[in-house]
Amino acid sequence: MLQNIFTDNNITWMDGKGTDSDIVLLSRIRLARNFKDLPFPNRASTEQLADARSRLLSVLDKISATTKTNYICLDMDKLTDLQKRVLVEKHLISGNFTKHSDSRSLIVNADSDISIMVNEDDHLRIQCMKSGLDLSDPMMTAFDTDNCIEEEYDIAFDDNMGYLTACPTNLGTGLRASVLLHLPGLAATNQIAKIINISPQLGLAVRGFYGSNAPGNLFQIANQLSLGFNEKELTENLSRAVQEIVSHEREARRALLAYAEDKVCDQAWRALGILKYARSLSERELLSLVSNVRIGIDEKIITSIDVDVFNKLIIAGRTNYLTNLQEKENMSQREIDKKRADIAREIISDSSSDKEVIS
Amino acid sequence: MLCDNCKKNDACMHITQINGNNKIDRYLCEECAAKYGDFIMQEHSENQPEIFSVNDFLSGIFNNSPNDQQTTPANAPPAGEEYACPSCGMTYMDFTRSGKIGCGTCYNTFRNRLEPLLRRIHGSSKHTGKIPHRAGKTLNIQQELALLRKQIETYVDSEEYEKAAQVRDCIRRLEKELNLNEGRS
Repeated sequence: MLQNIFTDNNITWMDGKGTDSDIVLLSRIRLARNFKDLPFPNRASTEQLADARSRLLSVLDKISATTKTNYICLDMDKLTDLQKRVLVEKHLISGNFTKHSDSRSLIVNADSDISIMVNEDDHLRIQCMKSGLDLSDPMMTAFDTDNCIEEEYDIAFDDNMGYLTACPTNLGTGLRASVLLHLPGLAATNQIAKIINISPQLGLAVRGFYGSNAPGNLFQIANQLSLGFNEKELTENLSRAVQEIVSHEREARRALLAYAEDKVCDQAWRALGILKYARSLSERELLSLVSNVRIGIDEKIITSIDVDVFNKLIIAGRTNYLTNLQEKENMSQREIDKKRADIAREIISDSSSDKEVIS
Repeated sequence: MLCDNCKKNDACMHITQINGNNKIDRYLCEECAAKYGDFIMQEHSENQPEIFSVNDFLSGIFNNSPNDQQTTPANAPPAGEEYACPSCGMTYMDFTRSGKIGCGTCYNTFRNRLEPLLRRIHGSSKHTGKIPHRAGKTLNIQQELALLRKQIETYVDSEEYEKAAQVRDCIRRLEKELNLNEGRS
């Protein structure tokens, strides 16, 4: 299990199932919590950080029983930089979390859909994920986990300001709900800007998942406010906005197919061809090819390949994941691109129903 | 010819960069050229180290709070020792530098100065939503009481006095509990 987490490309929370999973890849809930009588990690001493961690570990059995799953604890000071970067790529930890290793730990369950970052900006960052559009289920899991902790320890809380956090932007509910979307239709019809412009008015923020020009047409949308609204209002607001975006995306895809079916077909098959036979792929190229293949699968143009290939390739194409797989710290760009193409061919041929030999 | 950058490998690429009137010629090996390419590509992506973070931005807001000029001279000594948080020793100056808060007590210490800021970030400074059972016990009861008081009004309005009486008993019990809790703490 410990080894799998660094080398596995099959992540449960992105198994390609769930509501609207053709467009919504992932729903995620994050709660920020702090213990009452300890300074926040940025001002805590080594002993205090260790105290926060041992408090959480003491209730881990209880969390385990409540959420009916087993956890492992990864201490950041025992991981290599490369392993940490793989965890960042898998969105189990934040980039910020890798800066210090002193008493920093990641508690994660076997399916890696429930995790707790200990001593990031806040003492605890509870994170629950689910594939498809479903914020209420991970919300429940996060609440259950939170309840296990607060039954044993006092949590920093103020009657007016709610849960107290190191950064005032998380104050109140401490909630950040986010959804990962694949929007090739809206991107192709130049409508992304509209969504990005309107979202702040709804208290939401949209950004490219892998950078501002959104390679792979992947976008993340999350709530911006955490105080003054309760958790249900915040997640429902986000859900509703996402449903709206999903319906626009469907419309855009219909329009694309109506006006340029030949082009969509050509792009999808062409992308699949490159993925099947390429011997060198950059990260950016892989993401854009994979996006084209996925729209082909969604629109039933390509039927010989499983849907989850898309999700697998997104993870498998990440630079640090590939480097770690090779067990080599310093791979040149050329070696990584070659390895990426190798992995892509492997994943495609594994999931193709017509077992065509590709080597 | 050796690579201009690493001075180890043979240069195989010639890059000419023109910045306004400056022209820079570089001879790079394949590896350094790839890195250089990435660097250029990343200039417009979020992968580059963040130029400024949320916290930097917040610290800016902390610094330019419009209320500062009016309130500070009137009812508080100039920022300094007196503004240090008794629990973690953080001063208001530390905030304005880091944009991060030190501990739970800080929120109490700096409440007056933080509240306007919170309203600017969130548009509100009053929490609704989940409450921890232990820390928020009295608050839980208070929220329930508020709910029951609303309920009793609707029952009275609709002349359902029996139900109203039940709710009233409930309110009395909760009020007693609340008094007990306050007496303890």
